[in-house]
Amino acid sequence: MKYSALIFSSLFRKKIRTMLTIGSFAVALFLFGLLAVVRGAFNQGVEVAGADRLVVVNKVSIIQPLPISYKDRLLHIPGIKEVTHANWFGGVYQDERNFFGQFAVDDETYRSIFPEFVVTDDQWQAYMADREGAIVGADLAKRFKWKLGDRIPLKGTIFQGTWEFNIRGIYHGKRVQDDSTQFWFHYSYLKERENPFWRGLVGWYTVKVGNPDDSVKIAKQIDESFSNSPWETKTDTEKEFATSFAKQAGNIQLLILSIGAVVFFTLLLVTGNTMAIAVRERVRDLAVLKAVGFSDVFVLLLVLAESTMIAALGGALGLAGAKLLTLNGDPTHGMLPFFYLSTQTAIEGFAVALIVGVVAGLLPALSAMNLNVVAALRRV
Amino acid sequence: MVRVDGSGSGSSLVRVRGLDKKYQRGSEEIHVLQSLNLDVDAGDFVAFMGPSGSGKTTLLNLLGGLDLPTAGTITVAGDEITHLSGSKLTQWRARHVGFVFQMYNLIPVLTAFQNVELPLLLTKLSKAERRRHVEVALEVVGLKDRMHHFPRQLSGGQEQRVGIARAIVADPTFLLCDEPTGDLDRKSADEIMDLIDRLVREHGKTVLLVTHDPVAAERAHVVLHLNKGVLVEGQRAGDPAGARS
Repeated sequence: MKYSALIFSSLFRKKIRTMLTIGSFAVALFLFGLLAVVRGAFNQGVEVAGADRLVVVNKVSIIQPLPISYKDRLLHIPGIKEVTHANWFGGVYQDERNFFGQFAVDDETYRSIFPEFVVTDDQWQAYMADREGAIVGADLAKRFKWKLGDRIPLKGTIFQGTWEFNIRGIYHGKRVQDDSTQFWFHYSYLKERENPFWRGLVGWYTVKVGNPDDSVKIAKQIDESFSNSPWETKTDTEKEFATSFAKQAGNIQLLILSIGAVVFFTLLLVTGNTMAIAVRERVRDLAVLKAVGFSDVFVLLLVLAESTMIAALGGALGLAGAKLLTLNGDPTHGMLPFFYLSTQTAIEGFAVALIVGVVAGLLPALSAMNLNVVAALRRV
Repeated sequence: MVRVDGSGSGSSLVRVRGLDKKYQRGSEEIHVLQSLNLDVDAGDFVAFMGPSGSGKTTLLNLLGGLDLPTAGTITVAGDEITHLSGSKLTQWRARHVGFVFQMYNLIPVLTAFQNVELPLLLTKLSKAERRRHVEVALEVVGLKDRMHHFPRQLSGGQEQRVGIARAIVADPTFLLCDEPTGDLDRKSADEIMDLIDRLVREHGKTVLLVTHDPVAAERAHVVLHLNKGVLVEGQRAGDPAGARS
C-alpha cells in the first residue's frame, strides 16, 4: 500500500489528539460491547428458544402452579407430540449470593424435549438410578468445582428443609449460548417431601409441537381447553415467553439502544470536530498534494481513511477490552448466565464504529476535496 | 527563444495567447492580466519580475494549471490546458509541472525521501524504481545523505533543495518556481539559484521563475516584467547591450 506512509504520518501528526480520539472510540465501543453483552444476557432465552416448543404457565402468574393432571390432557390436543413439566425449587447453596436455577423435572420427557442439553447415556442412567440424583450444567460445575459423585446440600426456601443431592451427570450445551448453569433433579424426589399446598401441582409445562407453523393455533387451543377452570393457562411460544420474561426487568432493549445512540452521536461530534481541526491545520499540505497532481477524490479518501483508521483502531481496542472482561463469564454469579460477547456482536460493533468514522470524516473530507489550491497556498 | 508579442512559432514549449484574468473583489473587478502573449521554448530560463500585485504569481498559477483564465489560451507541449476539466488538469499537472514554492511547502510529517516520493506515487513505478528516482533527485540537489531527515531537521536552504528535488523527481516538462529564494538568506539563496541554474544548463530543464530578487533574476536567460497586467520584455541577464531573446 504505497499511500500508507501518507495516511499514517498524517494520522499521528498530533499524537496526543489522535490518541485521545482513538481513546474516545475505545471507551464508546467498550461500553457498546458491555451493553450488548447485558442485552444478550437478558435475551438469552429468546435467542436459544426452540421454534417447536410452547410454554404453558398459569394465567395469573408464572409463580402460580398448574395441576399435574394437565399433562395427559395436553397430550390429547392435536399437534402436540410431547409434554414435560418442571418446578422452580429456589434453594440456597451455602450462601444466598450463590444463585443458580434449580428445577425439579419430569425425567421421562425433559431430556428429549431439550436436546440442546447433552448428557451422556451412562451419566443419565446413573441419575435415573439415584432418587437423590442431580444433573448440573458444565458452567455451574466449573463455578463451584463440583464433580460427579459430589453431595450437594440445598436449603429450601419454597420447599422447606435441607435437601441433599448427588451429582450424577454434567450436561453441556450444544451451542455456546446454551445455558449451562442449571441444576436438575427428580420431580419424584420433590413429591416425597412436598408440602400440602404443592400436592399434585407443577410449575409449568413445556410442550413440543409437531409443526412449528401450528404453534399459534395450538397455543390458542390449549388456553381454550383450560378456560373457565380454577387453573387457567397462558400459552406462548418459547420465544415469546422468553421475551416477556426478559421484559419483566424493564425495556432493557430500549434502554441500551438509547444509551448506545447517545454515546455514538457524541462520538460522531467529537470525531467530526477532531477531523475538522485536523483538516484546517493542514490546508497547505492538502493544497500541495493537489498541486503536485493528487486528485480531489484522493484527498477526500485520504481524510476519510484517517477518520476511519481512528475508528477502526479505537473500535478494535474497545471491543477487545469488552471481550477480555467477559472472558471470565458471569460477574453476577448467576443472574446473567449468558455473559458473553459473541463474534457477531463484535463485528456489528466494529461496523458501527467504522460507519461513525466515515460519517464523522465526511464533512471535513468534503471541505478538503473542495479546497481551492491557489487560495490555500496563499495562506500563511 | 522567449517572445511576448505573439510572434512565436508553433514549436514553442509554452504558448500563451490573449490571456486575461479578472477577479471580482466585492463590487470591484480586478483585471490582473490583460491580453497577455508569451512563447517559451524548451530549455529556456525565464524570470518574471514586477511589483507586488502585478500578477506574477497569478500568471504562474495559470501556466501551472492551478487556476483558469478568464479568456485566452495556454498550450504546453502541444496540449491546450485552458479547456481541460478539473480532473484532467490535475492529471496534466502531475505529468508536466514541477512546482517550487517560496515557503518550500514540504509536508512536515514526512521525511525528505517521502516528500520527494510524493509525485511518484501517482505513477506506475515500482517501489524499487521510485526509490531509485528519489535517490537520484536527492543526489542532484546534494541531500542524499539527509533523505531520512524530517523538514524540521533541515535548514531553510536544505528544505528548499528538497522542494526542488520533489519538483524534478517525476521529470516534468517545466519547473514553475514562485519566489524560491524569497524566504532565504543571501548565501542560501545563491545556492538555490546555482542549483536551478545547473538544472537548466546540465539537465536541460525549462524554468519559469517569479522573483523580487534582481540577483536571482540575473541568472535567467530572459527577464520579463509584469506591470498592471501587461508583460514587457526586459533585458537578457548579463547582456548590457539589451539584446532581446
